[in-house]
Amino acid sequence: MIWNEEYETLPREALEALQLKRLQNLVERVYATVPFYRKKLDEAGVRPEQIKSLDDLKRLPFTTKQDLRDNYPFGLFAVPKEQVVRIHASSGTTGKPTVVGYTKRDINTWAELMARTFQAAGVGKGDILQNAYGYGLFTGGLGAHYGAELIGASVIPISGGNSKKQIMIMQDFGTTAISCTPSYALNLYEVAEEMGVDLKKLPVKVGVFGAEPWTNEMRREIEEKWGIDAIDIYGLSEVIGPGVAFECVEAKNGMHINEDHFLVEIIDPETGEQLPYGEKGEIVFTTLTKEAIPLIRYRTRDITRLIKAPCICGRTFVRMEKVMGRSDDMLIIRGVNVFPSQIESILMETKGILPHYLIIVDRENNLDTLEVLVEVNEEFFSDEIKKLQQLEISIEKSIKEMIGISAKVRLVEPKTIERSQGKAKRVIDKRKI
Amino acid sequence: MKITQISIFIENQSGRLWEVCDLLGKNNINIRALSLADTSDFGILRLIVNDPEKAYQKLRENEFTVGKTEVIAVEVPDSPGGLAKVLKILKDNNINVEYMYAFVERSGDCAIMIFRFDETDKAIEALNNNGIKTIKGQEIYGL
Repeated sequence: MIWNEEYETLPREALEALQLKRLQNLVERVYATVPFYRKKLDEAGVRPEQIKSLDDLKRLPFTTKQDLRDNYPFGLFAVPKEQVVRIHASSGTTGKPTVVGYTKRDINTWAELMARTFQAAGVGKGDILQNAYGYGLFTGGLGAHYGAELIGASVIPISGGNSKKQIMIMQDFGTTAISCTPSYALNLYEVAEEMGVDLKKLPVKVGVFGAEPWTNEMRREIEEKWGIDAIDIYGLSEVIGPGVAFECVEAKNGMHINEDHFLVEIIDPETGEQLPYGEKGEIVFTTLTKEAIPLIRYRTRDITRLIKAPCICGRTFVRMEKVMGRSDDMLIIRGVNVFPSQIESILMETKGILPHYLIIVDRENNLDTLEVLVEVNEEFFSDEIKKLQQLEISIEKSIKEMIGISAKVRLVEPKTIERSQGKAKRVIDKRKI
Repeated sequence: MKITQISIFIENQSGRLWEVCDLLGKNNINIRALSLADTSDFGILRLIVNDPEKAYQKLRENEFTVGKTEVIAVEVPDSPGGLAKVLKILKDNNINVEYMYAFVERSGDCAIMIFRFDETDKAIEALNNNGIKTIKGQEIYGL
């Protein structure tokens, strides 16, 4: 099912003409309204009227997450605050959150994009969608909510957690579609199993899953255990939230990027050079229609590649493959952004000195696990077991408090963590994504 | 009356305990008493040796995490109720035992126990006032 036939199947030429018009408008708009962009464009020696073709995109400077932080909270807003009807933010795990705003029109655009997403997954009017993405500052819950309402589905705004109740409601309300993170879908399966509920016998037919990287193996597992189609979606709060790109149930092979609203590039994360279609690199978005906080060439740090081949569903938008990793050191653990520096600061605070440490991320039963090995030294050592165990527990508690994820802290002997000649290797990611 | 105990952090890996003992043996250090406390991840080996200073240095040189702790060695009557008698004195004086373990040798008619207290001096005083003998370091190291 295609929600917006006109745009989603726009011939390439017409799409590019639309993109150019919108890009020109965007650059003019931010140049006039956002001092940050005016300064950056001036420094790059680009005037808005010099944008003559889509190829001129290359001349525009990148925007990074740091730029959003530096302009916290509202410095990048391009409209007066009274036009901002919604404010969302990232979790702010490395300090200040990144704040994004939406005008009424942005909210409508977002709902349109999520409506496309749900329709592509086969969710429509008459469906009962159990929306188990978190509601709140996180964009997942409300983003999915408005889109599903727009298509006329009945939305159950249950948010995340409370798994037994989720299963009960699924049974009692006759849920036909579910949206949540893929790992939560597997958690729900386990809870259902404990409750003696066979998900395959419920009317749920499709799941719309995102907000964390997952593999095709995980897709197969979810599909088999739930007896549903599992659809992948992509988005990030800076760009708009969920709804940047979505899979279609027909192909389940790469996510269609809503190119009428986002201009996409793949770049070499080292040099910043644009890469041709099909090559692996960092995906970069320019928001073509966003009013409240438009972004020019936003560096996502997500590594993927674009698929230009036409899709069997009939959409003309290019597709992006599943995200393969990150170009910086940020880890996504159970959907939460985690930086090694956060763990470091906790260890530093614990005893006033920084021990050697190693972060090990793995995946057990489809749930990410976080283990932190900490080398014991004379400051950390005690002849009493309970003091050492208290130390482990207090570090675990601090990690949980700071990043919201349970970690296993394990004290190890000195010099057992490998030393490297250059930059210390602090993270081992054993997950196969 | 306080004696020096060497504590070593040991990860739960096969052969690790041997490495400690082997190192001590090669350096002619004799173990007088020991206890091994463990968790699922790591253990702490506590040792009374004939030359604690040397043991401490050698272990450090070999990059073990080592600590020195003051413990006391107590003569416990080697008869039924002997240990209970000692513990009662501690209980009556509100002294908490952090941990304890037995010494391998006997001294006269007594067994020897190693005690670790939070308030070591208070413990020594209470024991001595009640006729329980604590043994000097030099005596223990040379036994």
